[in-house]
Amino acid sequence: MVTQAMFRIWRGDSAGGRFEDYLTPVEEGMVVLDAVHRIQAQQAPDLALRWNCKAGKCGSCSAEINGMPKLMCMTRLSNLNLEMPVILEPMHTFPVIRDLVTDVSWNFRAKMTIKPFRPRSPDLPDGTWRMQQADVERVQEFRKCIECFLCQDVCHVLREHHKEEEFIGPRLLVYVAALEMHPLDSEDRVSDLRKKHSIGYCNITTCCRQVCPESITITENAIIPLKERVVDRFFDPLKQLFHIL
Amino acid sequence: MPEFQRFSYDVLVIGAGGAGLRAAIEAAASGARVGVVCKSLLGKAHTVMAEGGIAAALANVDDRDNWRVHFADTMRGGQYLNNWRMAELHAKEAPDCVRELEAWGALFDRTKDGRILQRNFGGHQYPRLAHVGDRTGLEMIRTLQDHGIHSGMQVHMECTVLSLLLDSGRVVGACGYDREKGLFHLWQAKAVVLATGGIGRAYKITSNSWEYTGDGLALAYHAGAELQEMEFVQFHPTGMVWPISVRGILVTEGVRGEGGVLRNSEGRRFMFDEIPDAYKAQTADNEEEGWRYTQGDRNARRPPELLTRDHVARCINREVKAGRGTPHGGVFLDIAWIKTHLPKAEEHIKRKLPSMYHQFKQLADLDITKEPMEVGPTTHYMMGGIRVDGDSQMSSVPGLFAAGEAAAGLHGANRLGGNSLSDLVVFGRRAGRFAAEFAKSNGNGATIDEEQLQATASQALKPFDRGATGENPYQVQYDLQEAMQDLVGIVRTENEMQQALEKIAGLQLRADRAGIAGHRQYNNGWHTAIDLSSLLVVSEAITRAALLRKESRGAQFREDFPGKDAEWGKHNIIVKRGANGEMLVEKRALPPMPDELKAVVQEMK
Repeated sequence: MVTQAMFRIWRGDSAGGRFEDYLTPVEEGMVVLDAVHRIQAQQAPDLALRWNCKAGKCGSCSAEINGMPKLMCMTRLSNLNLEMPVILEPMHTFPVIRDLVTDVSWNFRAKMTIKPFRPRSPDLPDGTWRMQQADVERVQEFRKCIECFLCQDVCHVLREHHKEEEFIGPRLLVYVAALEMHPLDSEDRVSDLRKKHSIGYCNITTCCRQVCPESITITENAIIPLKERVVDRFFDPLKQLFHIL
Repeated sequence: MPEFQRFSYDVLVIGAGGAGLRAAIEAAASGARVGVVCKSLLGKAHTVMAEGGIAAALANVDDRDNWRVHFADTMRGGQYLNNWRMAELHAKEAPDCVRELEAWGALFDRTKDGRILQRNFGGHQYPRLAHVGDRTGLEMIRTLQDHGIHSGMQVHMECTVLSLLLDSGRVVGACGYDREKGLFHLWQAKAVVLATGGIGRAYKITSNSWEYTGDGLALAYHAGAELQEMEFVQFHPTGMVWPISVRGILVTEGVRGEGGVLRNSEGRRFMFDEIPDAYKAQTADNEEEGWRYTQGDRNARRPPELLTRDHVARCINREVKAGRGTPHGGVFLDIAWIKTHLPKAEEHIKRKLPSMYHQFKQLADLDITKEPMEVGPTTHYMMGGIRVDGDSQMSSVPGLFAAGEAAAGLHGANRLGGNSLSDLVVFGRRAGRFAAEFAKSNGNGATIDEEQLQATASQALKPFDRGATGENPYQVQYDLQEAMQDLVGIVRTENEMQQALEKIAGLQLRADRAGIAGHRQYNNGWHTAIDLSSLLVVSEAITRAALLRKESRGAQFREDFPGKDAEWGKHNIIVKRGANGEMLVEKRALPPMPDELKAVVQEMK
């Protein structure tokens, strides 16, 4: 293993910025976040980054590492080519605040537009419900989401076309799927999915699923079933025929 | 003169982990205008790291369980230094709080008949932990977050609180700054709830995130509130030890709950070698019985791996010191061995412990379904904190409340796994309710001390005046962590702790000289410099309390006083600020336990 590596880190703010090179010692087992911490402590004390758990559970340290959206805490240096500089950039889809920190507040605002959980009446007089593990498991996959927003970062509807005002993006479609498929939920979000959340913008390129650090099958398990619900409700040719008759 | 952006609320909640969010939801539900200030983005607080589960005597898996057993387990685990009123309320109210989470959308794992499944955990007599695989904390915080955002609370993300504001001895708000722009804020409030979590960043090896710098404890201390049980820092027995860069990251107790065993380098299950008297009757004395327990045999006793965390951590420490450790200085934790007892063990492990599987696979190149893990103790949890009234959660400062890890009392000398998530919701709910009530009856006419506001702001900006020539704040923090790890760790002595006090005093001087280049916008170096002051207060409090308690009990192990002392078993240690700013440490008698609770403790012995 090499004993030092070059990190090419984007430094700047909303007004602009540039890459700066930092050479730092590296050891076996290190992840990118360790190297960045070391650079911060020894060479660039005011380097801005977010992190919390350092164990892939909180989804704070999202960045683009050699052009790939990843969590810095879960990217091992041994999986990168250290003969070349490691390029670190902030997520491109969100406005930059400073260095590796972006303004992800849109995600929180967009979540507010989704109708919240509304459970059916309890199954038993003591106010409790009964659910089967098999039914719960389908939704548990979606609830693994750590809100790192890497899927939002890579979604071309947001990244290239900036449809933030109309489209909620893969993270929040997964959130809607978790609500819609929740065994107890009695709310109806199908109309909102079509009109307010513009699910039709998604053309299932599966980029979101490929970058998900929790390996949630975003497109196949969450978005496509939601699209099917929308199609069943609004575009069923038989229903439309009956409607005309 | 620095400008302050001003906000006004009935209840201000500082911290947005489980306790803070639960308090905010409760206060908002009772009609209060609620502001929440948190150090990170919403939903990133340390609660997401909780793995094993939330303890509540639902009796879904074993119908012999009830609040009395849970109460007795909690008191036994805490070595009877607990605030018995909190332990009682906690045991009684936790089931309702878990059901409440389900009503708000949490999806716990299920029993065959569709109820909430519960698992075994250290120190709990019956399977008691409602859980979601090994990511229960994430489920909890997301549930509270998604419910809370529709309750009308106003959230100020990525803000650090610098000081609490007082008027005639009553708390009337807080001031601080936001990370994004580095601007100052004043949050005026009729009541304040501190839910800032723990202090793990005072140590080098910790499972805690950067946020855990003891801010709430230091804020309360400076406002004149009393702290207690500061000597009791929980070292979780199983943190990762290799690779070095991930040292300290938690390995859930759930691994042992599912049948994982601890072995030393000689292959011996050393946990059978020493079983404390208080637990002899309920601990298995052979491997076969222990296995049956983990598989739900109601007549089997628990394996010694599931003894309390303080004990397991010390046994691991002993093995490593005796030269029977692993190559990287830990012991082996083996879950793969269950394949000799269970068909399809690999899938079983992956389903029950998915994050552990991924954590080791990704960070250590190790497949836990095939090989044993290397683990060792890691600083995990602060039993001590702000002294509060058991019912209302109000501190000794009127209008100042505390809940969750920041508050002391429930756990005594040692916390049982699973009791912290239930702590968050039970006492978060109580703190929110009583803070809202307090705000209603003690509202108006507070004066903000503008001079204090300005003084706080200029103090906070001093690191910029010193610039890059000042002390490197990262280095000061690192040196403090090293000192606490080496001198006030799992095994403590008078001599080492005296050295620690000297070091802390020296580090205080260096912290006062900390400097940082650049500007106020999202400057991590500046944030680190500011966090130092809280870290130094809690480090000193831990050390002074640990020095005064001349005995070994729960999480405190004194090599120079290795036994328990009956006299100390009747006392808490209180830490507070003296009139001249010096730290006072005193012994205070425990309030007497009512006879009915005494009877419960006796009955369950």
